[in-house]
Amino acid sequence: MLEPGRAKPVPTPETQHFWDGTKAGELLLQRCDECAKIYFPPRPFCPGCASRSVSTLKASGKAKLYSYVIHHRKVPGFTPPYAIAVVELDEGPRMMTNIIDCEQTPEALELDMKLEVAFVPMDDSITLPLFRPARG
Amino acid sequence: MKQKAVAVVGASETTKLGVVPDMSQIQLHADAALNAMKDAGLKPSDIDGIATAGETPQQLAQYLGITPTYVDGTSVGGCSFMIHVRHAAAAIQSGLAKTILITHGESGRSGIGRPPRSVPPDSLNGQFEQPFGPMGPPSLFPIPVLRYMKTYGITHEQIAMVSVVQREWAALNPRSTYKDPITVADVLNSRMIAYPFRILQCCLVTDGGGALILTSAERAKDFPQKPVYILGTGESVETPMVSQMEDFTSSRAFRVAGPTAFKEAGIKHSDVDHLMIYDAFAHLPLYGLEDLGFVGRGEAGAFIAGRNTAIGSKLPMNTNGGGLSYMHSGMYGMYALQESVRQMRGIAPAQVPGAKISVCHGVGGMFAASGTIIFTNEGP
Ligand SMILES: [Zn+2]
Repeated sequence: MLEPGRAKPVPTPETQHFWDGTKAGELLLQRCDECAKIYFPPRPFCPGCASRSVSTLKASGKAKLYSYVIHHRKVPGFTPPYAIAVVELDEGPRMMTNIIDCEQTPEALELDMKLEVAFVPMDDSITLPLFRPARG
Repeated sequence: MKQKAVAVVGASETTKLGVVPDMSQIQLHADAALNAMKDAGLKPSDIDGIATAGETPQQLAQYLGITPTYVDGTSVGGCSFMIHVRHAAAAIQSGLAKTILITHGESGRSGIGRPPRSVPPDSLNGQFEQPFGPMGPPSLFPIPVLRYMKTYGITHEQIAMVSVVQREWAALNPRSTYKDPITVADVLNSRMIAYPFRILQCCLVTDGGGALILTSAERAKDFPQKPVYILGTGESVETPMVSQMEDFTSSRAFRVAGPTAFKEAGIKHSDVDHLMIYDAFAHLPLYGLEDLGFVGRGEAGAFIAGRNTAIGSKLPMNTNGGGLSYMHSGMYGMYALQESVRQMRGIAPAQVPGAKISVCHGVGGMFAASGTIIFTNEGP
């Protein structure tokens, strides 16, 4: 469980499947059936070609550290300093996240380091996709 | 759009800048508007078009006593005012209005009459960024910086020089919030806000405002001030989520707005005498110089560190001291426009001798939006 106080996402009809996925331990992206573009955040059509024919795709959960800041001010639910990171998934899309099981320092947080997804519950309804250094 | 068909004939900031606890946000708009009308020799009944962000156009119309035939409430962050100028120029040319007032006012520091900012938890930002701990622009805007630095081998010292050079400009400006010189070491030892950025690499948080009045170039000749003509304009948006920028080393919105304005103006980079690049945070002038094509990819750090935008250089940039040292109420774009107009009128505190063309480039949100205006003081 996470420190209480974080801003909690409220799913919409277009994003519910993503949050159902994280709760079930799956990181779900979407792929266009027509042009094969894989995209995030969720929407029921392809941002590349506007096709409404899209499918969900279970991501590998593998990613690399793309960029970040280490935030030094107090925010509800966080103990500074903590990194606000953007990871690039092996499938291509990028997402904002936090890096766990890792010191929150410039030395430990090396750009392009390999990461893997970790599903961390906020409460009974929402589980966040966080990332940790890849094992092995 | 036709070059030099429209001109700025009224321009002013609020009477006071910095900490203004005796004015609400709408009054900061009004104070700037009244100053700009006085500058142009106009009354509210002479104004037939209004544009604003932060407050609504209807609030402004009611408060100032204006009945407009043209309204622009474009609100895409700090560059909204560049975009208002662009739209106003088009509107005047197509006859939608004759005399357009653009206002900004923001009680950024005192927070008087300013609605609280919040991110709805069911918005895309609320679902896919906010849960990971950002708290406003200082935590979000610098997120691409480490990727930019790694891609081009940019050093912390080079980026620190942005703040150092702008403080040198600020020292020439009596209205600057900060005027004391700083060194690279001062910047790199200042309080950490969001690594890699420290407090001296983040904008000020102040109160203030500004207003502009535009009319046709034909009518501009009859106004008391030296007209400042609109030579070229550009605008674009990308994404409200910094995590979803296409390229962390470059802004797509910059790459559309900037070149669109240059093409419209029909000028080369070597024609530019004066440059404003909205500097809410220290990396923005780097992205701006590269995305507008003043330097090649990855060259802006060395360019600024080499004092190529400093006092006495060929490309004087952010000559008011910028958002880092002059003032930054939240939506800084209006102050960049005011400095460009002062430079074109020849009355800036740090006047660039003989400047004829000024490029004013703005950002909105965290690389979410962009607007570019190119001014000249040479008439049609
Ligand atoms: Zn597609």
